[in-house]
Amino acid sequence: MSLAPSLASSRAPRAAELAGFADVGDYVALLKPRVMSLVVFTALVGLARAPGDLHPVLAFTALLCIAVGAGAAGCLNMWWDADIDARMTRTMGRPIPAGRVQPGEALAFGLVLAVASVVMLGLTVSLLAAALLAFTIFFYAVIYTMWLKRRTPQNIVIGGAAGALPPVIAWAAATGSIGVESLVLFLIVFFWTPPHFWALALLRKDEYARAGVPMLPVVAGDDATRTQILIYSLILAPLGTAPALLGFAGLAYGIAAGALGLVFLALALAVWRRRGAAADTACRRLFAFSILYLFLLFAALLVERLVA
Amino acid sequence: MAKKRDGIVLTEEQRRRRRNRSIALAFVLAALALLFYVVTIVKLGSQVMNRPI
Repeated sequence: MSLAPSLASSRAPRAAELAGFADVGDYVALLKPRVMSLVVFTALVGLARAPGDLHPVLAFTALLCIAVGAGAAGCLNMWWDADIDARMTRTMGRPIPAGRVQPGEALAFGLVLAVASVVMLGLTVSLLAAALLAFTIFFYAVIYTMWLKRRTPQNIVIGGAAGALPPVIAWAAATGSIGVESLVLFLIVFFWTPPHFWALALLRKDEYARAGVPMLPVVAGDDATRTQILIYSLILAPLGTAPALLGFAGLAYGIAAGALGLVFLALALAVWRRRGAAADTACRRLFAFSILYLFLLFAALLVERLVA
Repeated sequence: MAKKRDGIVLTEEQRRRRRNRSIALAFVLAALALLFYVVTIVKLGSQVMNRPI
């Protein structure tokens, strides 16, 4: 809703005069709450699986800082990508392209939250975790958003590292080190990211092309993307069982991860084989299941820990 | 006699949004103050009272 006509000023309102009239929900939207929820969940599992006995208050503080840091990275991403967001139907309603938040306000909001989350994590929990959080924010906001996203179809592959780091940060917060276990969790999220995003990109290819974002289907075509999805799924399915094979998760997790991996692989195979309208359905199914896959995999790790 | 106000006069909707933002900010600041207090107690424990006067 435009606020311009409702200004009871005799002068014509300038854009700057309209700044700062966003609702609380607009600032929450800048933090990408859906992405943040996944970050918090994977970080929670990293905390829960880590050895040691971090005080619950400090564990909560670590999770809060990781969540706010992820939100800050998302906010900086929205600030930089406002021009792209305005050209895509999926994102044109976001606070900046919709005009409810001024770009400068979003930049200040993102920077303040980024610095605050890193400083607070460093002062209260762990310097290593704080350094990793700072690196994650930098990687997502600068390396992925400002550098890779508009330059290479491998953008989400490399950028996926930022989304995969929260369990490692959480592990570092609990132990003060980076364990092999946390690196396995990192690799699972890292190899999960390409098939997840490319399934969506196949459906939104025209929008990405219009916005000038070189996603893989835009640059290399649908068939090459389907093959890449299958290759990453072939890596992901066995990788998902690695925590059990390496001995830091139990048999129940191993069976669940194996079964979920087979379903993931079957859906990726359907994306690879089908064409036309059936291919779109296969992409939608893979995209929806990929979210469930990661949630269930990490939930299994969490439940196993709670039961133990 | 009431003095005429210059500049922008906010609508009810804009006032409501500003008030909501202010309330949200107040909650965040209060929660942060509480968190810093609790974290200090957790990290220092009984040592929190051990300081030279």
